[in-house]
Amino acid sequence: MTKIWAIFRKDLLIELRTKDTLNSMLFFGVVVLVIFNFSLESLRESIRPAVPGILWVAFAFSGTLGLNRMFAAEKENGCLQGLLMVPVDRGTIYFGKMLAATVFMFISEIVIFVFTLVFFNLTVWGEIPYLALVFLIGTLGFTAVGTLLSAIAVNTKLREVLLPLILFPVILPILVNAVEATNIILNTTEYRSLRLPVSIMSVFTIVFGTISFLLFEYVLED
Amino acid sequence: MIEVRGLAKYFGRFSALRGLDLSVGAGEFIALFGRNGAGKTTLLRIVAGLSHPSSGQVEIHPDRAVVPRYLRGCIGYLSHNTSLYMDLTAIENLRFYAQLMDLPVDDDVLMRRISQVGLSGREREPVRNYSRGMQQRLAIARAFLHDPDILLLDEPFTGLDQAGSAFLKNYLLSAHSRGKTCMMAIHDAALGYEMADRLVVIDKGAAALDVPKQSVSLAEFQEKFMSLTAD
Amino acid sequence: MSEKLQSRLDAVLGIILFPGMALALYMALIGAPRETSSGMGDLQRIFYFHVPAAIAGMTAFAVNFVASLMYVIRRNRWWDNVALSAAETGVMFFSMVLVTGPIWAKPAWFVWWTWSPRLTLSLVLGLLYVSYLLIRNYIEDPEKRALISAVFGVIAFADTPLVWFSIRWWRDIHPSPMLETGNLGRSMRPAFFICMIVFQILLVFILRRRFYLESLRGEMESLERQADAAR
Repeated sequence: MTKIWAIFRKDLLIELRTKDTLNSMLFFGVVVLVIFNFSLESLRESIRPAVPGILWVAFAFSGTLGLNRMFAAEKENGCLQGLLMVPVDRGTIYFGKMLAATVFMFISEIVIFVFTLVFFNLTVWGEIPYLALVFLIGTLGFTAVGTLLSAIAVNTKLREVLLPLILFPVILPILVNAVEATNIILNTTEYRSLRLPVSIMSVFTIVFGTISFLLFEYVLED
Repeated sequence: MIEVRGLAKYFGRFSALRGLDLSVGAGEFIALFGRNGAGKTTLLRIVAGLSHPSSGQVEIHPDRAVVPRYLRGCIGYLSHNTSLYMDLTAIENLRFYAQLMDLPVDDDVLMRRISQVGLSGREREPVRNYSRGMQQRLAIARAFLHDPDILLLDEPFTGLDQAGSAFLKNYLLSAHSRGKTCMMAIHDAALGYEMADRLVVIDKGAAALDVPKQSVSLAEFQEKFMSLTAD
Repeated sequence: MSEKLQSRLDAVLGIILFPGMALALYMALIGAPRETSSGMGDLQRIFYFHVPAAIAGMTAFAVNFVASLMYVIRRNRWWDNVALSAAETGVMFFSMVLVTGPIWAKPAWFVWWTWSPRLTLSLVLGLLYVSYLLIRNYIEDPEKRALISAVFGVIAFADTPLVWFSIRWWRDIHPSPMLETGNLGRSMRPAFFICMIVFQILLVFILRRRFYLESLRGEMESLERQADAAR
């Protein structure tokens, strides 16, 4: 629907102008990589097994930052109220926001991944299409439920601070499967075993995408 | 046009509205008065559809036949928040809302709106650079972009300078003369008295006074208001 | 159900529960045979509390799910009180699981924590429902709190099977040498079933008491509201 696109485009336009969200997401992601580098110094020679975990922690933290900004900005000037006053389905707002969050997160994942290759001296070529698939599905699952939870967090006294606390337990299935899938791609050649983690992540995305879409209006209600 | 019956809204142990009844006919201009916390904002939010009542009902019978979900299409609400995206320009803000309101995104029409509120020449600047008065003017353009039949305003004159106030007053009076229904919460008794058909005082969550303007002089009204709200 | 019937029910539950728990303790610690196959001996008896607590916790969370869903549909405060009571009771039971886990693991396998599917699931579920309680803690308006936490309650429960499968699969890829006793010898079954039933009764008992407390709170709130109105 064009209204979903309108909401998505609006967030994109604001981002292109201010670059607030993407900059902070990228910066934070890279900082996380640097911290891991120092804390895992002892694994320097054999860091490759740890890379999937490091990657997805960086993705998750950076993604949370992006999700936070998503609704905090709307609350700023009562823009959310403006959205509620127009004849737009609450579900449309959900998809528009989710699309924007997914795009931002995917872009920062690509950049963080490039930094990871550089910092940890890795080379990947043939693995890239598989990695792209896993990153994409993992991101979709993350934002499918993250968009709803971000809207929930913004309603509380703690606001954005609450989001990591309520998000991470819920997205555990995504993280576990995404890390394993990334590990399979980077450190083994049994691509066939990708089927299971990718399926679970897809199921997660569909289930939570549907639930979030249905329940979103209740979170915006007053 | 708007029927409010037995409206109550509470937040935990705090009652914002207690059994409020109000009837607004098509084309009427109602000025809502009351102390801070009396319930004016809550009432307006519920009529606008932004808040659900705890009990009681609000019925809106628009002149145009509209599907219930799109009832919002015939209501325009201007609150304390501008609901404007600070980093977008005026024209971008209006384009966005026009799209969501199912209006044709015609830059000519939008430009006309912008000059109507006296902002032409500055439409390509981010709203962040506007003064409070300018933001309020753009907020007016945004809130009533779809030319709704019902205008709801929550203390719209607060923070406006002389020019801004004069502009808004003319805007509302002309809307009224075109047959629009208006409900406006306002602190300035004289201004409210001048603009409205009916004066309603909300106190402690209910309608304490509801009189047509013709039946009472400004001085009389102010006296009644003082005695009602004195505690 | 009338009040008299309610308090009778509570009394009956109490009367069953206390000797029932005594029986469960006896069966678990003395009545059941000593474990011989894995060499854990008496240590294995913790199983009779560890697993029934987990099952009671799961039941509590299932109750929370149903109550949350019903609240979203019906918006009746009653369901919200049930949901809250169920969440707190569930967290309590899972805390038992998380405490008995290390107590069992350390002497048996010389580690404090085994990351077994059951233990890990208990940890994640505990975290999920602590999140639920956190959300509730930071929303003041009771109606909003009820609705938003209900939404999270639905999400948390929908997550549970996905978490379970993810953990199971992960464990299959990274197997551990520590095997928790899953299979019950026939002679152990009576003790296990008695403990399970007693724990379920305990769940109902605590849930009811907590629910009663919460509904009192709701009554107090509406009384305060009425007192406020009369002022």
